[in-house]
Amino acid sequence: MSWQPSIEALASRAQLNGYIRDFFKMRQVMEVETPILSRACVSDASLQALNTNCCNDTSYLQTSPEYPMKRLLAAGSGDIFQICKTFRDGELGARHNPEFTMLEYYRQGFDLKTLMDEVAQLVGDYLQIQHRRDFTYQQALKTYGGLDAFTISDDDLRARVTEFVGSDLVLKRDECLDIIMSHVVEPNLPKDCLVFIYHYPASQAALAKTSRDDQGNDIAKRFELYVKGLELANGYHELTDIHEQATRFDLEQEKSDIEGLPQDQNFLNALEAGLPECSGVAIGLDRILMLKLKAESISKVLAFDMSRA
Amino acid sequence: MLDGDPCAILENEYVKPGKGQAFGRVKLRNLKTGRVWERTFKAGEKLDGADVMDYDMEYLYFDGEFYYFMATDGSFEQYPATPEAVGDTKSWLKEQDKYEVTLYNGAPIIVTPPNFVELEVTETDPGLKGDTAQGGSKPATLSTGAMVRVPLFIEIGEVLRIDTRTGEYVSRAKG
Repeated sequence: MSWQPSIEALASRAQLNGYIRDFFKMRQVMEVETPILSRACVSDASLQALNTNCCNDTSYLQTSPEYPMKRLLAAGSGDIFQICKTFRDGELGARHNPEFTMLEYYRQGFDLKTLMDEVAQLVGDYLQIQHRRDFTYQQALKTYGGLDAFTISDDDLRARVTEFVGSDLVLKRDECLDIIMSHVVEPNLPKDCLVFIYHYPASQAALAKTSRDDQGNDIAKRFELYVKGLELANGYHELTDIHEQATRFDLEQEKSDIEGLPQDQNFLNALEAGLPECSGVAIGLDRILMLKLKAESISKVLAFDMSRA
Repeated sequence: MLDGDPCAILENEYVKPGKGQAFGRVKLRNLKTGRVWERTFKAGEKLDGADVMDYDMEYLYFDGEFYYFMATDGSFEQYPATPEAVGDTKSWLKEQDKYEVTLYNGAPIIVTPPNFVELEVTETDPGLKGDTAQGGSKPATLSTGAMVRVPLFIEIGEVLRIDTRTGEYVSRAKG
């Protein structure tokens, strides 16, 4: 009956929320709330924010709570976490629902590795998976895609993806890498353990710090966590440099098809005031439930998915 | 339309790696060849729609080269279909019966039979009297030349109801 939710999934969700709150209580990380509806939206060109009209002004539903949470950090909140609803237009499929639940948290003084260890404990204990494997982005694409993401020429890379896309489709380098990642690497990742992929190409840094690795590759201090080929988490050693941040805003604006999205001036002002050194991560809780309940589709773990909402 | 051929979308899986570009991983059937293949599109990428429409048509006759169908919309227009377009439906073609004909740029590209057709048995071993309840089957040839397995009690000249999706005998046609 389509009016009914899955009671088993509801109970598991309540239990997961309790587990997360206990986990952070023990570590003295404070739970916070920030607005879901906001005057500005994130700069990420690959995300489409939903907008609405509020008090005769355009407002946006958050695609993640990243900016307001960083404002809290800049104001001296200390370590914080939030469980909240986020919205991304157009994202609909077996692993996507336009409205979904995110756990986002920030740890001051943590570098990328320390945060990966904590996420491994948080997710691994809940899903009862103790075994873990770490790959750099370069290693993952070499091992499962048979190419070196940093040295392969643009032409060779484009030739590799013609197996999947039309030869007339114009793709940027990172888009080709995304296809290799999602079509070749993800399905072949080890299934019996937590898989961390870290040190993404600097061009895919989003809001992570960048640096140069031992081999001279420009990398982003960013990681993703996969379990059974399902992407669960995306974490950064957070960018704190205000000038670098402003440059990346402009870059994303150039990439975006949408003209004149409002820049979040409050966020830039907070960075100006000083974001403490920290690492942060966003974790998709619906997907964690999918794994816990062995659900094939995200709709099975939501009270009501978009088609029934 | 893809690579110059009309296609039907069977499945569309939304994929989006991390912070990257969203793609649609689409499974398509080429309507000309019947071949199924996978292709990935960028989210928002647009394809030309194919000029493809389904019509109910009555089967008329085969002239040795084409199978002729007539529109039942009152226009009485006739369409010759190639053996490739008719494909396996050939086994279930009966004159004056209605079929779904898919036109691509005005020419038949697929002929789909109804789920059930009624056809006469033209050849089979003699029926076994009194064996109506028992299991067991024998081959029978139908008026179209198609071979089906039928129960032992079926005799030549009887009209049978056949499921075209499985090619299996369902029952005797109700006279």
